[in-house]
This record gives sequence, C-alpha cells and structure tokens, in this order.
Amino acid sequence: MSVVRGYNFAYLDEQTKRMIRRGLLKAVAVPGYQVPFGSREMPLPYGWGTGGIQVTASVIGPDDVLKVIDQGADDTTNAVSIRRFFARVAGVATTERTTEATLIQTRHRIPETPLAEGQILVYQVPIPEPLRWVEPRETETRKMHALTEYGVMHVKLYEDITRHGRIATSFNYPVLVNGRYVMSPSPIPKFDNPKMHRMPALQLFGAGREKRLYAVPPHTRVESLDFEDHPFEVQTWDDVCALCGADDSYLDEVIVDDQGGRMFVCSDSDYCRQRRDAGHAGHGGPSDLETVERGTP
Amino acid sequence: MTEPIISVRGLRKAFILHNQGGVVLRVLNGIDLDVAAGECLVLHGPSGAGKSTLLRTLYANYLPQAGEIRIRHDGGWVDMVTAPPHRVLDVRRRTLGWVSQFLRVVPRVAAIDVVAEPLRTLGVAPDAARDRAAGLLARLRIPERLWSLAPSTFSGGEQQRVNLAHSFVHPYPVLLLDEPTASLDAANRETVIGLIDEARARGAAVVGIFHDAEVRRRVGTRVLEMREPAGGEVAA
Amino acid sequence: MTAETNRPLLRAEGVSKFYGRHVGCRDVSFELHPGEVLGIVGESGSGKTTLLNCLSAQLEPTAGHVLYDTRADGLTDVYRMSEAARRLLMRSDWGLVRQNPRDGLRMGVSAGANVGERLMAVGARHYGNIRSEATDWLSRVEIDADRVDDPPATFSGGMQQRVQLARNLVTRPRLVFMDEPTGGLDVSVQARLLDLLRGLVNDLGLSAVVVTHDLAVTRLLAHRLMVMKGGAVVETGLTDQVLDDPQHPYSQLLVSSILQP
Repeated sequence: MSVVRGYNFAYLDEQTKRMIRRGLLKAVAVPGYQVPFGSREMPLPYGWGTGGIQVTASVIGPDDVLKVIDQGADDTTNAVSIRRFFARVAGVATTERTTEATLIQTRHRIPETPLAEGQILVYQVPIPEPLRWVEPRETETRKMHALTEYGVMHVKLYEDITRHGRIATSFNYPVLVNGRYVMSPSPIPKFDNPKMHRMPALQLFGAGREKRLYAVPPHTRVESLDFEDHPFEVQTWDDVCALCGADDSYLDEVIVDDQGGRMFVCSDSDYCRQRRDAGHAGHGGPSDLETVERGTP
Repeated sequence: MTEPIISVRGLRKAFILHNQGGVVLRVLNGIDLDVAAGECLVLHGPSGAGKSTLLRTLYANYLPQAGEIRIRHDGGWVDMVTAPPHRVLDVRRRTLGWVSQFLRVVPRVAAIDVVAEPLRTLGVAPDAARDRAAGLLARLRIPERLWSLAPSTFSGGEQQRVNLAHSFVHPYPVLLLDEPTASLDAANRETVIGLIDEARARGAAVVGIFHDAEVRRRVGTRVLEMREPAGGEVAA
Repeated sequence: MTAETNRPLLRAEGVSKFYGRHVGCRDVSFELHPGEVLGIVGESGSGKTTLLNCLSAQLEPTAGHVLYDTRADGLTDVYRMSEAARRLLMRSDWGLVRQNPRDGLRMGVSAGANVGERLMAVGARHYGNIRSEATDWLSRVEIDADRVDDPPATFSGGMQQRVQLARNLVTRPRLVFMDEPTGGLDVSVQARLLDLLRGLVNDLGLSAVVVTHDLAVTRLLAHRLMVMKGGAVVETGLTDQVLDDPQHPYSQLLVSSILQP
C-alpha cells in the first residue's frame, strides 16, 4: 500500500506524540492510574477508537508490525480501516497473525494466542472510569481512587448476585491492578480478564473522548474483583467452535441463515484460522465458511 | 439527724415572662431544706405557693436564679444547679425518681415497655426489665390485657398508675412525688402508700406534694409549710 | 458515673461559619458526651443545618474547631485530620441520617446492598455474611427479611428512613448526625420511628446530634437542647428544662407557639 504524502509519520505531529508518550510513561509507572492527556481530533468519530489510535500513533515505529482487531476479528470494517490508516500514514507492515505482530490495537478482545515479552497491546476504551456508574463527579472519583475507597465496586457485584444469583457482569469486569487501583479493562469479555494477569506484553489503554491514558506494565498483578463465596469465574460454553473445534476460546454466536440457524465460532479469527490450518475441524457449519457474518461495531 | 441525702440552700426561683411585658413572678425566695434517708418531706401550702415549682426545681426541670441543690450520688454530692448536663442526667437516671401528674411518652409504645424503660436505660436486660414492670403493673391493678397497649388510650386513672409504675420500677434513693395519688381510687391509693412506705424503709429520701390529707398524714414524716410569697420554713 | 463519660465524644469550640457578610452560625461551643442526644432547634434560617454540616465534617467552619474523640488518637480536630482519616471516620465511626432518604440511599440498588455498602467499604468480602448482617440490621429497624433484595424505591417514606438508619448503624458508629429525621413523614410513622430511634440510641449507647424544628421530637429523643436564632445559640439546657422553663425571650416564644393536641 502506498504511503500518502503530506502527513507526519503515523499522522500525529511529534509534539503530540511526545506528550502522549510522557503520559504513557506516567501510566506505566503508576499501573492502573488514569493519566489525563490532550486528546487530538482524529479523522474518525469518537467511539471508533480515537484513543487507541492516538496511543498506537505515539508508540509505533517504522519497524513495527501492526495487527488490528475488533471483537477479535481482523476482517471487520473498523479493524480493516485502522490497519489501512496506519499502512498509509506510517507505511508499517501489517499482519493478521498475533505471533507476528509487535503492536496490536484491539477493541473488545484479547487474542487467544498468549502474548510475549516485547509485544504491545493497545486497547480502545470508551469509559475509562470504573467508578462512573456510581459517582458522576470526576473530582469525587479521583478522590475515591486516591483514598482507595472502592467499597462501591462491590456494591455493584453484590447487586448482581442478589438479582441473578451470581455475578452477571460479563463485560468490562472491574479489576484491581497491582493491588492498588481499580481499573476498567475496557469492554472485553471477562473471559479475557485472566489473560491480563502477569501478561508478558505491555498493555496500554487510550480513551479519546474521555481524554485518559492508563497502562498495565508487563508481569503486573491484575485481579478481578469478587466475593469469597462468589469467586470470579469466566464464561463457558456447552459447544465448541463449529469451524475449528476449539474448546478453549471465546465463542461468538452467529446467525447463519434466514431460518434462525445459529452456531458458535471463535471470536478470534486468527486463532481459528491457525487451528484450521493445523488440521483441526469443528462439527461443521455452512458450506461457504467465509459468508459467516461477524460482529461489526 | 443523720446525714441528709438532699440538701438545699438559698434557693431562689423567679419566672420572667419576656413575651408578656417582662412580668417577673418571684416564686421561691430562699428555700433551705435537708432530707435524710427514710424521711418523707411533705410540701404543704395553698395553691400558688410554689410547691410544684420547688419540686420541679429540685429535679432540675426548672432553672433557679440562685442557691444550690445538692443530691447524694455515687457516694458524693452533685449540685443539680451547676453540674454539667450529662451529670444531671446521670443523677436522674440512677438516683432521682420523679412522678409527675401527667404521663409523657412516645405514642404507640406498649404500657409494659413504658414502665420498663427506666430499667432499660440502666442496662437491665429486656426480659428482666419487663418482668419487673409486669410486677408493678399487676400491683397497681392494671389489667394484663392492657399491658401491650399504648397508654394514650387509657383512662386518666390508668395513665396515672402506669406513670407510678414507671417511677417505682427502679429503687431510686430519692423520690420526688407530685400528687401521686390524685385521681386514684381507695385501693390504689393504699398501694401507692405502701410503695412509698417501702421506699422509705429501704432508705429512700422522699419529697412530695399530696393533695389528700390522709395520705399526707400517713406517709409524711415532716412538713414544709409554704406560703405566698414562699419563704419556706421547716416545721417538725 | 464511669470515668469514660467524663471525656466528651465531640467538642465544638467557637464554631462559626460566614458566607461573606452573611452569618451561617456564630461562635457555637458545647460538649457532647457518650450516650447523649443533643437536639438543635430553631426556625428555618436559624443556622441549625449549617451548624450540623460543620459538626459532621461536611462544611469547614470559618473559625473555631470541631474535635472528636477518635478511637486511635483521642480528641482530634476533624478538619486537621488527613482527608483519608476523616472520610474513614465518616463512614465507620459516624452516621449521617438525612431528612430526605433519597439523599442518603442508593435508590436503585437493593436494601441489602444499601446496608451492606459500609461493610464492603471497610473490607467485608463475603456475600453471604454481608447479606445476613444486612438482613439482621433491617430486622432491627423492623423491615421484613423478605424485603432485603428490594430497592428502597419500592418502599414507603418511613421504611426508606429506617433503611437509612440501618445503613448508618451497620458499622456500629458511636455518633450519628440527623437532619430532621422525622420530617416529611406521616405523624403515625413519625411516632414509630421515634420509638425505634430511642430504643437504638439506648441499646447501642449511641450519641447523636439531631436537628429539628419539631419540639415534640426533641422532648422524646434529645437529652439536651440548643435553641438557635440568627446563627447563634440563644439558650442551652436539659430538654425538659428548656421546654418547661425557657429563659430566653425567643425560646419562650418558640415553646409557647407549639400547638398542644
């Protein structure tokens, strides 16, 4: 893909990148702490990953290999657009393979393939403040973080158990980072929460509209909040992936025809393809696998 | 005379009615009195002589302008005029019992709980407190079917007996009685006389206003004659 | 009298709050001892709520000090504590019952969660234990166990006020501030709440500062009374003394203005 002329490398000017990198350094130094930053206008609307893109633009170098996923898939509109964006404004190599990527920008998932040291995972975050549901005032939530007043987070989980008999929160499940800050993991399924714990890769979070950065450095403790008698649990499925037969990956339910036919497939398209390339197969689905619709934002 | 339990010196009380042209009513003009254990001092005099005012001032319900009211409490003296509020309340809780003519209670509380309350504030367990309350209610002839009802629905005489039970449920070392036998029938009057005699027998000091001459004669050991304007002198 | 009651739990020293030239409250001093209930009465605008806010660490006075007998350090100026210590104090050793239960409750979460919140805030992490303790406290304020999972939004005003009480008492505070706790309730509901409050104050040995314009409430609940007018305390004394033998012209007017049913 040809690099467009007239833009600085990776779109943002160097001053802005420096500002964001300084914010990220602080975020890494204080794991889970939300660092305010001067979010720039990006050539796409808020809600489409403006925070993640600014983080990616600030840390990406010419030798990086970029992967972008949306709900686990490389081939959705949003993922394709962001990948093309960086290919055009930075001229970097892109990939759909988790293992080949040095930098992965994600919306709503963590790849199934374990990440390694040296890799960076950039999350797009809509609402960075985990206490926002209970406290609309920013001054007050900052104080609550400063004084580790996190009792209300358990009120939410308590209420879940009271209403549903179990903790029903399944996305954006709050975590405690390094035993200090309660953090929103972004709207990933809680299935992915355990992957954050002591992850060898660096995890960076960007919220464009809310103008916040935060980070989890490699090998950091990340614990999901729970009760002693209702411990944290991830989702499980009775089925396996219809395409690759995986029983250890996060499955999406997809509608396959107009008659209400449905099946479960891996949300992580790269992981699913790797398994199929290695000869694994599921119990089958529609004949034309590529017509399976995937979630778009 | 043995060491007194109540000792009053130079007690003066006037009412200044600010909202009625600043009228000053001088009611107590230098009262001195002592009451020892086992005594019952009767306040006697015409209406308006300040009997009730004196009794209320002793209880710290009215604020005197001058003088001291010393009460034996915890082996020491407490001056009800100058003691800090929590001290006065402690004297009331443990030493100084009071029977007024009117019952003032939280609406909708059962009679037996009204009577048990002084014991509850002293930390007596609920069951034990209710047992003692029940004993007194029975002795004062309140029918058992009324015990669980709020006294606000009772007749005047019944309310007065609940009030008496409330005041006699704890063996206070000092009792202040304002017309305890008013509106009682003969049988209940006898019971109250018995209660007062028992209190004196266990060493309580009693000060009271008794409208009924016979009650006055039977329970009183001394009389304080009060005249208008009250100066007060102790008669044997 | 036991030795500990000789030390005040709360002491106000010359507490004043000015809003520019307007006086909120002026030069208020008193001591509150363990187990005591202090009533603050006065008409609207007399400064009683301003004073309550100053005392309860919600509004820093312009002048003067508010000292509290903390479990760790004894009498301490609440406005000189670290903010962390002050906030911890407010949600463990103190309670605050607001006139409108909506201001003191989370109306959308269950009564059990409302009561359990303070336990979770001080580290409780066992759902079953939190829920059973919440149920226990709700029953102490006469709310049936089968309502523990219902949100206060579905309760009557009197019930909401009782949930607010339970929510405050669950950490066994030593001092509770109440702003018109029976205001806005039906008379029959008021009586029940008053009786409950009296019982709890007695059984738990609570101290309380109660702001009200209802003198009948103070007669039944407060040991002592402070009468406020124009931001200043014009009279203070035992409740029955202030009500039966008021000294200040304003107190006399206030007492003589009550309707006697």
